[in-house]
Amino acid sequence: MSRPLSHEQQLELYYYMQLNRQLEDRMVRLFRQNKIVGGLYSSLGQEAVSVGTAYALEKRDWLAPMIRNIGALLVKGFKPRDIFTQHMAKYTSPTFGKDGTSHFGDLKVRRTVSPISMLGDLIPVMTGVAMAGRYLGQNIVTLTWIGDGGSSTGAFHEGLNFAATQRAPFVLILENNQWAYSTPVSQQVPLKNLADRARAYGIASKSVDGNDVLAVYGATKEAVDDCRAGNGPVLIEVKTHRMKGHAQHDRAEYVPKAMFDHWKVRDPIALYEKYLTEHKIWDAREKSEIDARIDRELDEEQKFAEESPLPPPELAEGGVYCDGCHTIDADWRRPKEEVMPPKSSIEAVWAVKGFGGLESESKEEQEAEIPGSKVVAAGANGGKRPASPPAPKVQEKAVATMPPATGNGPDANEAAAPRVPFGRGPKDQSFVRETREARETRGGRGRGKGRRH
Amino acid sequence: MATVTMLEAIRQALFEEMETDPSVVALGEDIGVYGGAFKVTEGLLAKFGRERVIDTPISETAIVGAACGMSYLGLRPVAEMQFIDFIACCFNQVTNFLAKSHYRWGAPVPVVLRGPSGGGVHGGPFHSANPEMYFVHTPGLKVVYPSTAYDAKGLLKSAIRDNNPVLFFEHKFLYRRIKEDIPADDYSVPLGKAAIRREGRDLTIISYAAMVHTSLEAAEKLAKEGIDAEVIDLRTLLPLDREAILKSVKKTNKLLIVHEDTRTGGIAGEIAAIVCEGAFEDLDGPILRVTALDTPVPYAPPLEERFLPNTEKVVAAAHELAKY
Repeated sequence: MSRPLSHEQQLELYYYMQLNRQLEDRMVRLFRQNKIVGGLYSSLGQEAVSVGTAYALEKRDWLAPMIRNIGALLVKGFKPRDIFTQHMAKYTSPTFGKDGTSHFGDLKVRRTVSPISMLGDLIPVMTGVAMAGRYLGQNIVTLTWIGDGGSSTGAFHEGLNFAATQRAPFVLILENNQWAYSTPVSQQVPLKNLADRARAYGIASKSVDGNDVLAVYGATKEAVDDCRAGNGPVLIEVKTHRMKGHAQHDRAEYVPKAMFDHWKVRDPIALYEKYLTEHKIWDAREKSEIDARIDRELDEEQKFAEESPLPPPELAEGGVYCDGCHTIDADWRRPKEEVMPPKSSIEAVWAVKGFGGLESESKEEQEAEIPGSKVVAAGANGGKRPASPPAPKVQEKAVATMPPATGNGPDANEAAAPRVPFGRGPKDQSFVRETREARETRGGRGRGKGRRH
Repeated sequence: MATVTMLEAIRQALFEEMETDPSVVALGEDIGVYGGAFKVTEGLLAKFGRERVIDTPISETAIVGAACGMSYLGLRPVAEMQFIDFIACCFNQVTNFLAKSHYRWGAPVPVVLRGPSGGGVHGGPFHSANPEMYFVHTPGLKVVYPSTAYDAKGLLKSAIRDNNPVLFFEHKFLYRRIKEDIPADDYSVPLGKAAIRREGRDLTIISYAAMVHTSLEAAEKLAKEGIDAEVIDLRTLLPLDREAILKSVKKTNKLLIVHEDTRTGGIAGEIAAIVCEGAFEDLDGPILRVTALDTPVPYAPPLEERFLPNTEKVVAAAHELAKY
């Protein structure tokens, strides 16, 4: 069990959630004033997800946000001005105006990977970050989010399956906000709990209330600790609700009003305020101090963004390649000798456990494990590699089925039809000519006359 | 000096880079215990261990995505596509994640994606492709396609040491067919520089990969007829060596481009545009091209033979140019 949060930490959770909401609220106003260059995506009602999950990470850990994870970026140490300027395409933004929204990152200090718009692709990428961290002995955990809709992409499957086979220290937050643009989750995934997707990969998972920031934090903290101990990836489904449309242009009229009403009383910030008051963690003065601080900070940050210039046009031309503007330096936290010959050299053979049949393991199968082949790349993260979970018992006996003797064979007429190469046919003049010539050379016996191809 | 095949030269480059730099790791399907479908990575696992030589699931998107993530922490992953045709499965990762990373947010991606490519071995529509132009059209990538053992080793070393995502095409027809003496000591061949394989003054033949050898054969036949062809090997398709192209055309005044890739949208079109922009006045005839047909790569030997360029087709095109 992780240590309980301190007084300051509990207030900090409120600060970040409220900062997240007020920041986005201001951006809606900027959007209406035509000061936001592209689209604006709201995380209203989902603040507990971004803040509660990111808060469970340590400074050395890595995250990669999705479009509705501005709160996570704030927790990771980015400033509201980074978010404002990104959306306003300003030269002072982290990407200098080359990309917008939450599409930015920081490899050196805040250890954040920029997302792309295609969903699911961060999962293999963050798996790679986790694997590299383990290889370098950094003892880090990586985390990213995916939506209910994005969990149907091929990249989601490939990434999570690879993370599972590698037992990578990687936490995936499946942010189930009930809607993939306009399509309800029931139309995308035939599962009640999306956490069940994890069963297909043999990894740990759980579902939690995404509007309860303490529950989100607790579940994530436990997963992060588990990962750091070397127990492999974890999938956490957080159940929440998107309280606005896909983006500003979308009025979300497809969402039943009763559904909005249901979730409105579960507003994550209101719930947490109530918790803090009922448990006497804060008083009215502390709350108003935090609120005033947020206002003050956002005033300043917004002013900075609004007064910032757009990028100079010639900036468009540069930076496609790294021609020495960056140095590539891995931060080694273990002796390099461990991964260099002769220390790294092994007997290159497979350890095969079981022969894969339906029957339980025979004596030969148990003895088939090849000695000297148990070198696995899991130790560097400080944790022991645990035994694989037992395979589920399969009850059914395989029944060999043979196709019925009749009914599916080619019918006689079909078999006799001439086989014409694709792209050739009656409309192909050269084919018509060749057919005619062939007929004539055969002495005009008329074979194939009138036949349609 | 030792005589090695192109495959062995590539293998040496991998071994040597992994020996000198612990941040170089390899991943791909069947590259470890089995040593790769063509045995390019044979022995790599035994020497460098499972942390550095990673057998992956059949998941091209995961392979390339994970390689990208590893590179963000300062590693230099070399990912293998079992056949380069399968790069289509991870097109999104390559073109949207890796290629745009540095431009969008200043994150360099020192990743090499390498794999066997090209036809002439009766591999059929899915094991013979030359998909280089999808990627030559993608800013942020580098595309390398060597034709000799010496270059393959030197270019792969440069690709691994480069700070950008590099696609490294290995023509499987050449893997074991060409042999060359290569130096035992460390050397590299710079990316983005073409090579003159044969000096000539009557016409320029620009080519790359297996077609360089076809072009050289054609040049020898033409020489017997008194036509003196210069043969340029591009070696790197992105960035393209514009200078070398223009210099040669300005010297010979005639240009023939030969590639094994299909015709429409092949690099011949781009080279023709470069020459029209930079050496139009120097041209004494039309820019001609000998390419594969605009079809998938067919399987049956006579069909594939029809599909591919060959020495006769190159000689015929050169005769056409000689009329001007």
